[in-house]
Amino acid sequence: MRKHNKLIKRTKGEMIFEICNYVFLASLTLVFVLPFLTVLSTSFVSSEEAARRGSFILLPNKIDFSAYKILLAKGSLIWNGYKITLFRVVVGTTLNLTATSMLAYGLSKKKLPGRNAIIGLIFITMIFTGGLVPTYLLINSLGLVNSIWVLVLHMLINPWWLIIMKNFFAQIPDSIEESASMDGASAFTILFRIILPLSTPILATIGLFYAVWHWNSWFDAAIYITENTKWPVQIIMRNIVLSMSNSDLNQEVMSDLLGAPPPPVTIRSALIVITTIPILMVYPFLQKHFVKGIIIGSVKG
Amino acid sequence: MYIKKRQSGVSLKGRLVHYKMHYLLMLPGIVFFIIFRYIPIYGIIIAFKDVMPFDGLRAMLTAPFVGFKHFITFFNSYYFWNILGNTLSISGLKLLFGFPAPIILALLLNEVRSARFKKVTQTISYLPHFLSWVVVAGLFTVILSTSGGMINEIVKAFGGNPIYFLGDPKYFRSLLVISEVWKSMGWGSIIYLAALSGINPELYEAAIVDGAGRWKQMIHITLPAMSYVVILMFIFAIGNLLQAGFEQILLLYSPSVYGVSDIIDTYVYREGLIGLKYSYTTAIGLFKSIMAMILIISANYSAKRMGKEGIW
Repeated sequence: MRKHNKLIKRTKGEMIFEICNYVFLASLTLVFVLPFLTVLSTSFVSSEEAARRGSFILLPNKIDFSAYKILLAKGSLIWNGYKITLFRVVVGTTLNLTATSMLAYGLSKKKLPGRNAIIGLIFITMIFTGGLVPTYLLINSLGLVNSIWVLVLHMLINPWWLIIMKNFFAQIPDSIEESASMDGASAFTILFRIILPLSTPILATIGLFYAVWHWNSWFDAAIYITENTKWPVQIIMRNIVLSMSNSDLNQEVMSDLLGAPPPPVTIRSALIVITTIPILMVYPFLQKHFVKGIIIGSVKG
Repeated sequence: MYIKKRQSGVSLKGRLVHYKMHYLLMLPGIVFFIIFRYIPIYGIIIAFKDVMPFDGLRAMLTAPFVGFKHFITFFNSYYFWNILGNTLSISGLKLLFGFPAPIILALLLNEVRSARFKKVTQTISYLPHFLSWVVVAGLFTVILSTSGGMINEIVKAFGGNPIYFLGDPKYFRSLLVISEVWKSMGWGSIIYLAALSGINPELYEAAIVDGAGRWKQMIHITLPAMSYVVILMFIFAIGNLLQAGFEQILLLYSPSVYGVSDIIDTYVYREGLIGLKYSYTTAIGLFKSIMAMILIISANYSAKRMGKEGIW
């Protein structure tokens, strides 16, 4: 961080600049926050209040939870979506990390025959892919369409994160492994008993990269999963918030509701809040590790 | 295994035996890359064949070759110029506004003296990076809604009529640029802030002694110090010029704005997976992949050349 010498007097121009800078950055912060705040307050508007005060209400008089009650009703698609998303995040991230670290460990051995060829072939996949249609045809032929495993398998290893992990392993001194291999420990034991425990910072970072990726991805489910009981929460969210007209919305989520339902914009807002809150809860933690990850990636990558 | 050092130095066979467990560990990863990355690359062959809807993977081998038929159809169609133009203009606009935004943010944050204010601003500006495009598109849809959206309330307060921004070709590209900048500028500033924090404070002190004000310090110390990172990031941005924002556009667009927002990826998605024109769209995808690869490789090449010069 830049050190400012407080003893040096600021000129008038500098003072003006500084004030403008604070004002500008504060307004920018507001631009980031405001959409969330309006969506949050809209999600609490009841049908009665909307009828009385019009469709846009910055601050509802009464906090009404009926949108949340509808969306989170027992057995609703949202709960089911959360289950699928949780599966992706937990099982997916575990498998991602296992496969990535196993491959990265082998590739970190400079004398392993074929190492450079394998790295080269993986590198090619970073800049050239088969594209949407051939990949879809493959998944289809493997019988993975409508299997939740496709959400985990089709992106088992991210090559960028693999390289970061490989570089991390490569800088662990050989001497640490040597004594273990003298005692007859296999590569498997060395990786899981010695290397991985020494690599918790990188495992946490890459694990969070994978977890957030799983949490946020939706396009894979949109093309590979057609049964609504296997949809992750992002897809349900897209269907309700983005691609439905208001009448569809009514049919989809409020068919068996008695009394006046909240306005559609309230339902949409409530759904955005529901999908964003889990990320917000772990955000400080995420942010710390992600910033670390970007620094590691840019230095070593 | 216990004479590791010597063994690994010797014959290939010795090394293969020595590393057999390592290969076993690498196996799942290698199988993944072969199946999920290399089979689709081989599958590109259908761009030169006629694969029918509902044909499976085997059609890759059995379908008849048709040469460059699909490429010729695409190059001669109305859509070629339309989607190529949209792709380049949308990503060009994003580059124009989205590239300087994080640099300016980093420079302004760097001038902030209150560490606390700086930290809060950073934390809040990073947040959209962690949200999916579904959430961001949802937020924009709600605030731009014609019934009860914040922006249209402001329009109405100034006496205007509500505008359906998302369905209006006049506004749609601007919305793409705005939502992109909103989502990525905070996060993008990290790399520049890291470059700024690496500047030796003595340089500033020396400049102050020489009577340089804030502005002069920025021109003569801060900007030159970060120029390397800026140029590098610019080269990489050029390398990604064909990535105009597939997920974002797919979520936000609608038929009324296809004319200004249909990019290569969205066209391939609609015609390929919904229209089932597998071979035709694979040909378009291949065209894009090759162009993208050329861009990325030349970007990388220039970055490497720069790196060499940058040391001196």
